[in-house]
Amino acid sequence: MTAVVFYFQVHQPFRLRRYTFFDINKSDEYFDDTENARIVRRVAEKCYLPMNALLLELAEKYAGEFRFAFSVSGTALDQFEQWSPETLESFKKLARTGCVEFLGETSHHSLAFLGDEEEFRAQIREQKRRVEALFGVAPRTFRNTELVCSNRVARVAEEEGYATILCEGADHLLGWRSPHFVYRPEGCERIKLLLRSYRFSDDIAFRFSNRGWGEWPLTTEKFSSWVRELPSEDEVVGLFMDFETFGEHQWRETGIFEFMRHLPRALLAERRFVFRTPSEACAKLDPIARLDVPHPVSWADAERDLTAWLGNHMQRAAMDALYSLAPRVRKIGAGHPDLLARWRRLSTSDHLYYMCTKWFSDGDVHKYFSPYTTPHDAFITFMNVLDDLARRLEQAERAS
Amino acid sequence: MRVLMLGWEFPPHISGGLGTACFGLTQGLAHHGVEVLFVVPRSFGDEDTRFVSLVGADQVPVRRVQRETERAETVRAAWSKLPDAVRTSAEGIDVLLAEAGARDPALRERLARAFELVAIDSPLRPYLDDAEYEQSLDLLAEAGIEPAVGAVAARAVAARVVRTAGTVGAPELVPGGAHLERFPSIEELVRESTREQRFVFRGAYGPDLFAEVARYALVVGEIARRERFDVIHAHDWMTYPAALVAKAITGRPLVLHMHACEYDRSGEAVDPRIRDLEQAGFDGADRIACVSHYTANTLKRFYRVDKARLRVVHNAVTHREAAAVLHEEKAIPEPIVLFLGRITFQKGPDYFIDAAARVIQVEPRVKFVMSGSGDMLPRMIERAARKGLARHMHFTGFLRGREVERMYAMADIYVMPSVSEPFGISPLEAMALDTPVIVSRQSGVSEVLANALKVDFWDVDGMANKILALLRYDALSQQLVEDGREEISRLRWDTQGALMKQVYQELVA
Repeated sequence: MTAVVFYFQVHQPFRLRRYTFFDINKSDEYFDDTENARIVRRVAEKCYLPMNALLLELAEKYAGEFRFAFSVSGTALDQFEQWSPETLESFKKLARTGCVEFLGETSHHSLAFLGDEEEFRAQIREQKRRVEALFGVAPRTFRNTELVCSNRVARVAEEEGYATILCEGADHLLGWRSPHFVYRPEGCERIKLLLRSYRFSDDIAFRFSNRGWGEWPLTTEKFSSWVRELPSEDEVVGLFMDFETFGEHQWRETGIFEFMRHLPRALLAERRFVFRTPSEACAKLDPIARLDVPHPVSWADAERDLTAWLGNHMQRAAMDALYSLAPRVRKIGAGHPDLLARWRRLSTSDHLYYMCTKWFSDGDVHKYFSPYTTPHDAFITFMNVLDDLARRLEQAERAS
Repeated sequence: MRVLMLGWEFPPHISGGLGTACFGLTQGLAHHGVEVLFVVPRSFGDEDTRFVSLVGADQVPVRRVQRETERAETVRAAWSKLPDAVRTSAEGIDVLLAEAGARDPALRERLARAFELVAIDSPLRPYLDDAEYEQSLDLLAEAGIEPAVGAVAARAVAARVVRTAGTVGAPELVPGGAHLERFPSIEELVRESTREQRFVFRGAYGPDLFAEVARYALVVGEIARRERFDVIHAHDWMTYPAALVAKAITGRPLVLHMHACEYDRSGEAVDPRIRDLEQAGFDGADRIACVSHYTANTLKRFYRVDKARLRVVHNAVTHREAAAVLHEEKAIPEPIVLFLGRITFQKGPDYFIDAAARVIQVEPRVKFVMSGSGDMLPRMIERAARKGLARHMHFTGFLRGREVERMYAMADIYVMPSVSEPFGISPLEAMALDTPVIVSRQSGVSEVLANALKVDFWDVDGMANKILALLRYDALSQQLVEDGREEISRLRWDTQGALMKQVYQELVA
């Protein structure tokens, strides 16, 4: 029996508006609400709503045999509540089918595990509360921002009560070992490590519409035949991807929706395959071995590391500047929830991602996802905002 | 492949030099085995070598360079009296050649083989206007540098003028005497440049800029008739009539190079005479090499040049090893924000001052330096004073050579706020000295630079915001300097030489 585990990441950051040096100490409007609303509504129309409708259709059609997982960041939930309640409603509807698991993550899609462990735990708990309140079940599987995982992250997740953690099935981590088994992270007692099968995941998420790819066009038949070729002892195939793959990264015209519509039937036709959520898959499987993840791995780029967020001087300076405020924000946060909320929105990893200079000179995917023309502009804006926040924090401290 | 190139020289180390770009391109072409017959206008003070004409194959450039250096003193003394905007040097290419040789003897060898220099006795400089041209004639005369008669005629190539009266042809063509009533047509220039017997040789320069441009075209016509080449390549408007004459005489394909057009220099206040010469050039050219997409768009918009003939060949950097090791010790603790360039409409000095005023409001401990000269300098001094910047804004006047490098190295930020900058090489020079730069988006260089902060020239607040960010956030400067160093090392003339050669090859089957 081989469990096919789909997990879709749903996330929207609160993008900053053009905030200049002259706004510091004058304006507390950090976020570009117009743009954020526009984007979330556009993505809802192109991806969230049609794809959720399709998933609902499939869940009902296969009567529980087609199962999958979502992780929806807290900032995305905020935006749905504000600007696209119908999207939130469609997720709730999916939750009620019982075919969907909602995962835990940091409330603000942050890199807090590196910046401040206390904050990391606080964001994990906040997200847990929220997911349970919205979808009725407390999450039991943890996925960290950008699938970043390490022994340490897994350990914290275990201590926070999670039974499963997701991780990239990176080559440098696995060596000769297969990503198609469940592992146990080094230094952990109970938590299980479920790996992303990057080859199969990226066939769908990245290569699907690439006409330069030898396998284009990717059909349901072709993809399922590849999955069928897996050795029969393989226990699990983790297909983890951004939810925006459907309709946003791969446009509707590429046939991505039709591909997904027919995939369950193609795989279920073979008795060997079942669809499971991460928790269900892991509940039935024992770790085959320990896996040592001494340094954080992510699902980004060829390097599968943190260099997309912390690879250059600007990113490290911004990260340091942000988390150097953590103890003070925490101390005053209860009395000034607004300050805490703003600071947390700045902890969203996208702000660092926009400052990435890898391959900047050639122009590339990083650019596509950035609201800024250049990484330098991203840094300037972020630092100006943070400067203002620090001043407001100081004023609050003086007042109390 | 051999190219007749009508180019320009400038002393080395001067920012934004059209001559530096011409020479870099030549270097790049030599790298790909293209031979260049490089024709430059140049004023000589020494009758014996008043113009170096069509040197035979036995005379290698090295020897000529030496000969010219011997009399360099006289010439340099004379030129030092010229106004800054037209100042040039007798060194120019010679020094660049020598530098190339010092760094890489093989390169020098290659250049010496592929590169032949022809200097035409003429006081033309890029970006001259009428008044400046006349001023430089006066100064040359004062210094005793006058084009002589006689001796030169025997050498067959010379500046020629047309007899003023009673001749068949073009009575307007009187560059040795009266001002031009109109600029002669290319047909007239061709005719006159080929009818030797009807010329009375006179060494005099044209009495005004346009007469001199016409005279220059006549001389080039003569050279074109005698030389062998496959392509003609000319840089900016003063050489366009000459290039058209050369094309008419030889039928060779013509590539014009666009470094800066009249709209870049003058905004809306264009000189229609210059504009017309540019238009005639574009209409007659087979290809137009633009230093940026920005420039290509200008040509499409203002000269209706069809896209099919436009090619973009960005400028590159002439890499000098000495540059990297220069680290100037700052004498003052305050951060220095630098403007360096001609203080003219095109360069946007007023926006720099306005941004400075914004910065000073929040960060009074900053020094702003404006280096250069130009027609807007007096107004800029007044503007700075009016905005209360007297204590914060320093005007250095015109800097040259080593001073320019020292200034870049001393600066904490270099700003190029140009209103219209077809390319703009100066940010690359600042970056080579580890100074982070802010460039206007209305510049060609912003197309090739990733590691520069970019701002619209009119966005004074945006400019100030970026200056403040660089002053405040060290990681930003560090990032730009480190990545920028890497980046400019990749902007090489040999790459651009290959692109240029491709353009030639489109025309030479």
